[in-house]
Amino acid sequence: MTTQTSPASGSVGTQLPPRRAGRIRVVLDTIGAQNLSLGAALALMLLLFGYLDPDYLSWDNLQVIAEAVTIVGLLAVVETVVIICGGLDISVGSQVGLASVVSAMVFTSAGANPLAGMAAALALGALIGLLNGAVIIYGRVNAVIATLAGLAAYKGVAQLISDGRAQGYVLTDSVFIFLGRGKIAGLPFMVWLLILVAAAVHVLLKYTDIGRNLYAIGGNATAARLAGINLNKYLIAAYALSGVVAALAGILLTARTGSGQPVSGSEGLELQAITAAALGGCALNGGKGTIPGTLLAVALLGALQNGLTVQGLNTFWQNVAQGLLLVAAVVIQQRRSGRRAVGLPA
Amino acid sequence: MTTPTVPPGTPPPGLSAEAVSKRFGTVTALHDVSVHFPPGQVTALMGENGAGKSTLLRILTGDHQPTVGRVLLNGTPLNLSSPIDARRAGVRIIPQEPEIIPHVSVAENIYLGALPRRAGRRLDRAELRRRVTADLARLGFDTVIDPDLLGSELTAAQRQLVEILRALTGAHAAQVIAFDEPTSSLSEREAEALFSLIAALRDQGVAIIYVSHRMKEIFRLADRIAVLRDGALAGVRPTSATSEGEIVRLMVGRDLSTMFERQQAATGDVVLSVENLTTDDVDDVSLEVRSGEVVALAGLIGAGRSELALALAGDSPVRSGTIRVNGREVRLRSPRDAIRAGVGLAPEERKAQALFLHRTIRDNITLVSLGRLRHGRFVSKAKEKALAQDFADRLRVRAPSIEAQVGTLSGGNQQKTVLARWLARRPELLILDEPTRGVDIGAKVEIYHIIAALARDGVAVLVISSELPEVLGLSDRVIVMQNGRVTGELSRDQASEEAILALAMADDLTDTPHPASDEPTGVAS
Repeated sequence: MTTQTSPASGSVGTQLPPRRAGRIRVVLDTIGAQNLSLGAALALMLLLFGYLDPDYLSWDNLQVIAEAVTIVGLLAVVETVVIICGGLDISVGSQVGLASVVSAMVFTSAGANPLAGMAAALALGALIGLLNGAVIIYGRVNAVIATLAGLAAYKGVAQLISDGRAQGYVLTDSVFIFLGRGKIAGLPFMVWLLILVAAAVHVLLKYTDIGRNLYAIGGNATAARLAGINLNKYLIAAYALSGVVAALAGILLTARTGSGQPVSGSEGLELQAITAAALGGCALNGGKGTIPGTLLAVALLGALQNGLTVQGLNTFWQNVAQGLLLVAAVVIQQRRSGRRAVGLPA
Repeated sequence: MTTPTVPPGTPPPGLSAEAVSKRFGTVTALHDVSVHFPPGQVTALMGENGAGKSTLLRILTGDHQPTVGRVLLNGTPLNLSSPIDARRAGVRIIPQEPEIIPHVSVAENIYLGALPRRAGRRLDRAELRRRVTADLARLGFDTVIDPDLLGSELTAAQRQLVEILRALTGAHAAQVIAFDEPTSSLSEREAEALFSLIAALRDQGVAIIYVSHRMKEIFRLADRIAVLRDGALAGVRPTSATSEGEIVRLMVGRDLSTMFERQQAATGDVVLSVENLTTDDVDDVSLEVRSGEVVALAGLIGAGRSELALALAGDSPVRSGTIRVNGREVRLRSPRDAIRAGVGLAPEERKAQALFLHRTIRDNITLVSLGRLRHGRFVSKAKEKALAQDFADRLRVRAPSIEAQVGTLSGGNQQKTVLARWLARRPELLILDEPTRGVDIGAKVEIYHIIAALARDGVAVLVISSELPEVLGLSDRVIVMQNGRVTGELSRDQASEEAILALAMADDLTDTPHPASDEPTGVAS
């Protein structure tokens, strides 16, 4: 245990531990061991695939990786928020499909109006998020079950309104073309969007009282309630945020593929998002997790998938690799926290 | 009546603890306890909260192993490394809430794990029925329970009967049965039914260990009373030759510690005024706490004190009655309302109800003060650090820094972190529920000083404690509760351990007529 046993002197906070490695230690502490090992794994993977195929590390291929992970990245960022406050949203993949279809169909029926299409998708996303939250909070349904129901139901709705087919061609419109293919300062617009959303959520979690309360709720719901935090409000807001960002991801999917996709391109995204969040250090029982960690994990998964593709391994093996990586990461995480638990004072 | 030495060849029947001591780390829970539980008698085990009853019971039933000493059954030493060993040896404990499977019959519940079967693992219902009927008749419980009832249809007493029958009908028929506060969840009528069952068991020669706080039922039921105090045996008395007064003296007789240095503070205006407060667990409670005053809520475990605290902290819906803070009536719909009104609660279970173990000391301290530390929506890091450091220093939270995880701290430092959280918020009324539980002695004294300093600063303090010396040493006034009601109030001069215990067990001491006791209750005659 780390408790100092000498009788209290006035300046408890400044005297220890003896910091020999001063600055390095501070840097290590701010980055965190979890992120450090993720970063190391990422670097190793880049080097390995780069050694096997020099083109892998080319700027073009790195952009391909970044574009490929954008949609999952957005979902992983909001999944991180939901997991931090002790919930889980496994309906995000279906939400993406529904938002994609709605954005394309409203775009078409509103006379090729991209803003109408996007607004409709975002509004629906918010609504679905609120619905998820309400079912969980007021229906007292376990979050996994509630969003499992959502996973099926929202996919069904998307298939119903689209007749199960891709709907509406949007690549006649410059806004959608820019969303899907545009670049700012050499970087794809989609990637900028991910950076923007991730930065905003990071600031929210780290520097505002809202973020602190979210961590508190996931860390110990009873204690959070007794500390005067309105749990219902925060949880519903977290699911609503998840819905809005999933809708944004759906719009990007439409822009990338050129039309509204009810299932293709969105199915299974929820599992990738949760994988990234868990790999990035989120504790699935809540209270722990960071956006930098999740983004590193997203990059790691994207680099792995791309590298295996470049090496010509089929997607089945990619799924296996992703699964192994997740299990390995969680086992390591448990081991580490296990050691800390043993170190607790009796 | 204790039997420390036994002449060889004539082992005394029954269960004995012989010079049993138990230490947990540095804490001695039991010290050199020798006590005998003879067959065909009910031996009550009494003592204050923390006197060592549960530890002794757990040692006797194999849940804990003694550090020193041994347990003997009929003169043979038992090597109990688990409750299963104890069951095999014939020693059973009946839990307060027996595990009953709701959707199967009483018969199947009793023979769970040893159901009679026919070829192909099919259940032999006829054989099951025959056995259960025979067992019930043999034990004299055939009028009490219908073996075809479903588990979910049973009353609380019948559930305990099923557990007793499990103990008596298995391959290892119980010779010793222990009951731990069996009536705490029973109605009066069900309790009567249980007493008849226990009497029937005794008459069949079972050794009964009966742990309870309730004087009245012990004097009705027990043949002998063993009293533990501070982990040692204070005495064993035959019920016929003792009195309630003597038992209370045996339970209490202890030096008042000199850890308290509290002078009567100048008390000011009424801060908290509660009138006829009723919630699901608290019944018609009225009380006042003044500024600068420390009021203790005393009572036995389960008296409703923590529930009252949660109601005052806005976490338990108020059915009727009024709560005023500084003269203004407040309606507490959530803890948020209570905090706004100036009420802080350091709850009973600090890890489960107060702390975020994976977060830093800083985080844990400032959580309820973030509103004051904000610029716009952003929390000012500098202000936050200054506030957390200030209060961590004032309360002497010992840790490498305020960035240390709270989960790595000792119990005392964790409790100080919780106190720091509320002090940083400057409450009008601070409710402390068992503030020194699981805290080492040094930190205890520091917490006493903190409480005294709070009162000097004019905070109204309501302390819940099950440790009577603490109650007496800390408080200006003692309010005693039992069964969700206030049974009395004692000034500092009137308060003594005897007086508090008398009020805490008031219903049992005052001989209120017992409607169910004179008539047959329909259970085992």
